[in-house]
Amino acid sequence: MKSLILIMISGALINNVVLNQFLGICSFLGVSKQMKASASLGGAVIFVMTIASAVASILYDNVLKPLGLDFMKTIVFILVIAALVQIVEMFLKKTSPAVYKALGIYLPLITTNCAVLGVALTNVQNEYNFIESVLAGFGTAVGFTLAIVLLASIRSRIREEDLPAPLRGAPIVLISAALMSIAFMGFSGLSF
Amino acid sequence: MEIILITTVVITVIGIIVGAGLVFTGKKFHVEVDEREAAVRECLPGNNCGACGFAGCDAAAAAIVAGDAPVNVCPVGGGPVAERIGGIMGENAEILERKVAFVRCKGTCEVTKNQATYVGIPDCRSAVLAGVNIPECDYGCLGLGSCITVCPQNAISIADGVAVVNGDLCVACGLCVKACPKNLIELVPESKKVRVQCSNRDKGPQVKKVCSAGCIGCSMCVRQCQFDAISVENNLAHVNYDNCTQCGACAEKCPVKVIIPPAAKQAEIPA
Repeated sequence: MKSLILIMISGALINNVVLNQFLGICSFLGVSKQMKASASLGGAVIFVMTIASAVASILYDNVLKPLGLDFMKTIVFILVIAALVQIVEMFLKKTSPAVYKALGIYLPLITTNCAVLGVALTNVQNEYNFIESVLAGFGTAVGFTLAIVLLASIRSRIREEDLPAPLRGAPIVLISAALMSIAFMGFSGLSF
Repeated sequence: MEIILITTVVITVIGIIVGAGLVFTGKKFHVEVDEREAAVRECLPGNNCGACGFAGCDAAAAAIVAGDAPVNVCPVGGGPVAERIGGIMGENAEILERKVAFVRCKGTCEVTKNQATYVGIPDCRSAVLAGVNIPECDYGCLGLGSCITVCPQNAISIADGVAVVNGDLCVACGLCVKACPKNLIELVPESKKVRVQCSNRDKGPQVKKVCSAGCIGCSMCVRQCQFDAISVENNLAHVNYDNCTQCGACAEKCPVKVIIPPAAKQAEIPA
């Protein structure tokens, strides 16, 4: 039980997917302009990453590993995750238009998010079983959401400030993200 | 060898299963979308220039179908596109005539002089911000080419110190109209060749002093016109393109020859 909780906390804080592993930076910087959009993206990422981890884990344990096709995992995962997101999108569009509308364009955007593939591959590397994989995926996604919501709130504050001209726009965002990354390094001192 | 075979088979099988799953889900969870939206989107040019005021062609198509935009919203596609969209939407499109950008200044080096030498950033907006007026005429083209920078079609060039639009390349996106700090550029119907090539609102003598080709606001053209298609406001003639019949009477009588004659007579009258 303790190890399961540890996996989640590790995914969310200690090995934060954006700030410590530098995956999914594109959407992290691109979508963090507005609080609402970043929260929506966070929700979509939690949704997709959890499901993707589960499917990738099943596929790896039952198909790739027994057949000795370990080396094909990247390609298979890309294939499956991309299709999965499409299916999830269609499913949501039909069954719950409200959720579909809330997630909006972010759902298909995540298809190409390296963080989703990254977490599936990391799970395999750490030899997690099915339950551990799902929890790791969920934890990582929570970490992503945390990071992007934090950056969005920082950016909304920055917008009010009178910045020196050369720092305006992208530079100050990158600096803020870097400082956040340094701050998150502090979590690596967590011990249980 | 065996491992290659297994890999190929496994990946193919996974691919087929995934593909079949997608097809199945696509059929099963098919949601009716307005077919017209896709059809309208087909008609639009698809270069997402944003000249219509929407985020792109997809957004414009959605707005047209939703009734938030007229069928002739796309200035780039012009009449033919509006007609086809009108056909889809079941209304008669008001045919939007193809427009082109037109620089209302004739102040080449032959007719006017520069009063200042500007050595800053080579951009009209910078020059205006710096408070420098390069030509003697307060209303004249600076010739630094802000319009060239913003033009997505490379349709504008500087000839003899004045910006000139190539009507064949222009898509009437209006970016140069916004960029010109002197407000010299306007969008005019392409077929209306009779245009006043000046923006100077000063009184006649003042114009004469700075430019030999400037509109002096003498109203000679207004008297010539039988169709009420030309007017003089603030010492500047302006053609009302809706009324103009391209007879060219105004251009013939204009003492400073600042009105462009219609295409048929362009050869006879030296511009």
